[in-house]
Amino acid sequence: MPRLAAALARLAASAGLAALPALAASEAEFNLTIENHKFTPERIEIPAGKKVKFLVENKDASAEEFDSDDLRIEKVIGANSRGTIWVGPLKAGEYKFVGEYHDKTARGVVVAK
Amino acid sequence: MFGTALIVFREVLEAALIVGIVAAATRGIAGRARWIAAGIAAGVFGSLAVAAGAGVLSQLAEGMGQELFNATILGVAVAMLAWHNIWMSIHGRELASHAKEVGAGIRSGSKALSVLLIVVAIAVLREGSETVLFLYGVAISGDEARMPMILGGAIGLAGGVAVGWFLFAGLLRIPLKYFFTATSFLVLLLAAGMASQAARFLIQADVIPSLAAPLWDTSSLVSNSSLLGKALTGMIGYDARPAGMQIAFFMVVLVAVWAGMSWAKRRYESPNTAS
Repeated sequence: MPRLAAALARLAASAGLAALPALAASEAEFNLTIENHKFTPERIEIPAGKKVKFLVENKDASAEEFDSDDLRIEKVIGANSRGTIWVGPLKAGEYKFVGEYHDKTARGVVVAK
Repeated sequence: MFGTALIVFREVLEAALIVGIVAAATRGIAGRARWIAAGIAAGVFGSLAVAAGAGVLSQLAEGMGQELFNATILGVAVAMLAWHNIWMSIHGRELASHAKEVGAGIRSGSKALSVLLIVVAIAVLREGSETVLFLYGVAISGDEARMPMILGGAIGLAGGVAVGWFLFAGLLRIPLKYFFTATSFLVLLLAAGMASQAARFLIQADVIPSLAAPLWDTSSLVSNSSLLGKALTGMIGYDARPAGMQIAFFMVVLVAVWAGMSWAKRRYESPNTAS
């Protein structure tokens, strides 16, 4: 199993590395923290019509799933780890997101202007 | 407890519907119960492995490991479903006429089943790993006592399995004459829907452009967070706000598999049995 995982990892890495660097440099980045099953900030303003990058850090001891039906994004952020999420380009408007595993407390909104 | 039950139910639902369709589509093939059970077991073990490695997985490929992993396994599932449907378009008629004769086409049947074992395993793996992470989170946070959590998880699991079972049982009521046509159609939509979901992960990883996102918005009609939306996502890849690229993937797979099916049918059907 570890060997398979490592092989998959290499495969994924090579595919990803080939595609990403060209775009990575010029994108706007936004930091998002998960702590005590809450997002900080809970409201993120981003430019409309542009693709941006969210750097999400989960400081909790349990995994969280960044889940947004509005943005059509589902991404698991492991316990005490970081994740990158590409958002947009979006039309102007409000887009809700939740942490699916704690959706009573972990709630936020992306505002595209 | 009920919160836990509901989340587990939502996760299990999609996988259960897929297993229900696969179970129906393999009607009449000897030994399918064992193959499907093996697929579920493999999926459960895979879930635990993926959940355990979630942190590592998401760090890969500049943080896009999870998306690429999801897109890859969905792509594998699409290929397997396509292969199954093309195989069925040759052997479906045989199976329909010999449905009660145990052992009809055991040898070629096991090949078709091994392919669907992978589809079942992937479906269980995708939803299962999220369920495992969720339950693990509840367990270590101590927000809920151990017993209500286990009970909630069990209720959610049983509910999801029941829906899959109802779909399976409902499909079995279709008259044999139309049965494999109906299941082939469902499998075709399943494959196209998975291709659309794979496209979404590739867009999320910024590997392919989204092309007109969203192409339309039906979230006020059927939202993706509703149970109906979840069920439709599982079965046909429903997306209330699809990107143009998702629809392109959907259509390409739909047309390609359908073309493969009719090609295989023409090629293998002897002229005097054609109707």
